[in-house]
Amino acid sequence: MSHQSPEMLAEKAKELLVEYLARYDEMKPKEKMAIPAQPMREQDPDVRNKNLEEVAIGYTMEQARVEAMRCLQCKKQQCVADCPVEIDIPEFIKHVANGDIQTAIDVIKRTSLLPAICGRVCPQEAQCQMNCTVGKGLKDVNQAVAIGRLERFVADWEREQGVVKIPDVKPETGKKVAVVGSGPAGLVVAADVRREGHDVTMYEAFHKLGGVMRYGIPEFRLPNSIIDQELDTLDKMGVKIQTNFVVGRTRKLVDLIEKDGFDAVFLGTGAGLPIFMGIEGENLVGVFSANEYLTRANLMRAYDKDFADTPIYPSKNVAVVGGGNVAMDAARMAKRLGAENVYVIYRRTENEMPARNEEIHHAKEEGIQFHFLRNPKKIFGTEDGRVKAIEVTKFELGEPDASGRRRPIAIPGSEYIMDVDTVLVSIGNGSNPLISRTTPDMKVNKWGNITVDESQKTSMNKIYAGGDIVLGAATVILAMGEGRRAAAAINKQLKEEIEAGK
Amino acid sequence: MSKILFKKRLSQDVYLMRLEAPLIAEEREAGQFIMLQVDNDYGERIPLTIADADKEEGSITIIFQVVGKSTDELSKMVEGDNVPTLVGPLGTPTHIENFGRVVCVGGGIGVAPLHPIAQALKNAGNHVTIIIGARNKELIILEEEMKAIADEFIVCTDDGSYGRKDLVTAPLKEECEKSPKPDLAIAIGPPVMMKFCALTTKPYDVHTLVSLNTIMVDGTGMCGGCRVDVGGVVKFVCVDGPEFDGHKVDFDNMISRLNSYKAIERKDHDCHLEKAANEKEGQL
Repeated sequence: MSHQSPEMLAEKAKELLVEYLARYDEMKPKEKMAIPAQPMREQDPDVRNKNLEEVAIGYTMEQARVEAMRCLQCKKQQCVADCPVEIDIPEFIKHVANGDIQTAIDVIKRTSLLPAICGRVCPQEAQCQMNCTVGKGLKDVNQAVAIGRLERFVADWEREQGVVKIPDVKPETGKKVAVVGSGPAGLVVAADVRREGHDVTMYEAFHKLGGVMRYGIPEFRLPNSIIDQELDTLDKMGVKIQTNFVVGRTRKLVDLIEKDGFDAVFLGTGAGLPIFMGIEGENLVGVFSANEYLTRANLMRAYDKDFADTPIYPSKNVAVVGGGNVAMDAARMAKRLGAENVYVIYRRTENEMPARNEEIHHAKEEGIQFHFLRNPKKIFGTEDGRVKAIEVTKFELGEPDASGRRRPIAIPGSEYIMDVDTVLVSIGNGSNPLISRTTPDMKVNKWGNITVDESQKTSMNKIYAGGDIVLGAATVILAMGEGRRAAAAINKQLKEEIEAGK
Repeated sequence: MSKILFKKRLSQDVYLMRLEAPLIAEEREAGQFIMLQVDNDYGERIPLTIADADKEEGSITIIFQVVGKSTDELSKMVEGDNVPTLVGPLGTPTHIENFGRVVCVGGGIGVAPLHPIAQALKNAGNHVTIIIGARNKELIILEEEMKAIADEFIVCTDDGSYGRKDLVTAPLKEECEKSPKPDLAIAIGPPVMMKFCALTTKPYDVHTLVSLNTIMVDGTGMCGGCRVDVGGVVKFVCVDGPEFDGHKVDFDNMISRLNSYKAIERKDHDCHLEKAANEKEGQL
């Protein structure tokens, strides 16, 4: 679908709202399903691929109410079951339809602390929107009720009112909890544990909080001001914050318990060690992990070339290897930093890409060129060791493999060469070795991820873990779901200790 | 945030600073490094080796050479100022044991990270020969401190303005030819110096450690910017290093990677200086 102007979409929704309001109470499911789905208002692709501002502008009040009217308020509530933090979705949507946004946000906040973030980066099409009755009825998951957009609208509305409600904190219990890492898992644990009145200290290795939401996900998808807002809530709840602190190095993990008197520790240290392809030429100047490229651009602000001290490699022709959300972020960032041609090289087809459809769609709109069924074989360098070209092999799809996706098979003799000066490798991360190497008793699996039980407890007493350090590379919301489980287990442990008089 | 407790200029471009960092002072071991930023928003993260630490004062000592904008700004900070970002200790500590006879080679600013390692090796009972070198007399640092540790001590300068007129590889070669040959050599300094030290000891089969200072962003194993080829395997300097077997490191690739941003940095550096100059003029 081609780009529609934000003004036009807003106008259209105004008319629709007047029309539907008059008969909303009498509307049959069939009529509700006939209400047109409201597209997200977005910046023009040719404008936004040169700036860092958020791609999606957000719904207007009228758009939100019209979209909310599409919800059938099903009894079955499959959307709630598919949400990792079980937000009461039909309930909050009902209030949006009625224009009572304050009540809508109150409903969301009963279970989710970070709606402005989740509304933006959750893969709703694979969660709450996946089994939506409206989407099923219209035989298109993209026609499901836009739960994520509504969640974002409600959260943004609250922020724009200037009064974000701070969750209640119970009286101090005297119990101390350390949260290691300030990414999505850590934020949820800090909030959930603090609410019960426990003293919480959050440790972050970087100089800024937010973990992958800060260093990885770009400003154009998740603005820093949104993250700051959510962090401000934690601050106001009385969560103590310690940046520039690497648990395992600045302080041993066991010392937090044995010397500093923490009653429980949550490890949410995230992914680590970017995986490289192991092909010739991969250490040439101009080959970067997507992690490095995005961290320079986002956390270190290298996109702000006039001010930032951290340099970013100047590129004209960029090959991005991989098909996930991080690959999309890297490709779109490279374009914004001035690259003329950005190619995404992926060894399967668009259907198998792990990236969200929305990200792929946005990338295409912005002029990213996709080369499917291709895989790099070798990177060529200039005499002074800089990337000048990449050799790729063509692939075809064979039988399904263990993941259920059709296995890509190389076509012999199909190699050809593409002129590029930069290669961004985005094929996943290993686990961060800092905790495991400095904590010999911590049990990890063969990939180095920390092993936990169903309550997120590790092999060590009083120590819990969640997010990418357990899951490998996953999503913000899955990390939050793990954080929620871990927080429940920590709160239970501390409650039992208090009751036992310990 | 870390307060600058003490600052001293060691030579033209080289400064020593003692920074308030009680936790790092407590945990650090020889061979480890810190990352710092002079500006929390727009500053660059730069890795610097810990030259010394004082647990009682709760401080660490860094020694750095002005090579770009960040180190230039750091050099302009004074006692009482705060360095906004300081994190560590990072990297795998040096493996210390009584190897027997050890030769420690430090070139230029590399003498700073060598100092705690030489000290630890001496304390472990090794016979320690120290060779330090620089382009000229003015650039020799920590001579007294190193002399105090060494069982044998050699200074050389490229131009002969102090000590022997030689590259450090010449006395290193002589040490390798002695009987018994050294059980271990450690070389820390500019990449080219480390490369040639490793080439010098190779024919004598003297195990040689080098400490690499590559480009880093996070310093905790997340970005991979610091990767080096060690014996055909990709290693991350920040978590697998900074010390590696010098006979296996692909120095040529490492040196070209160190120059990744040379062209842009020069421009930035000048441009920032120009800007500062213009601002000053505006104030007058």
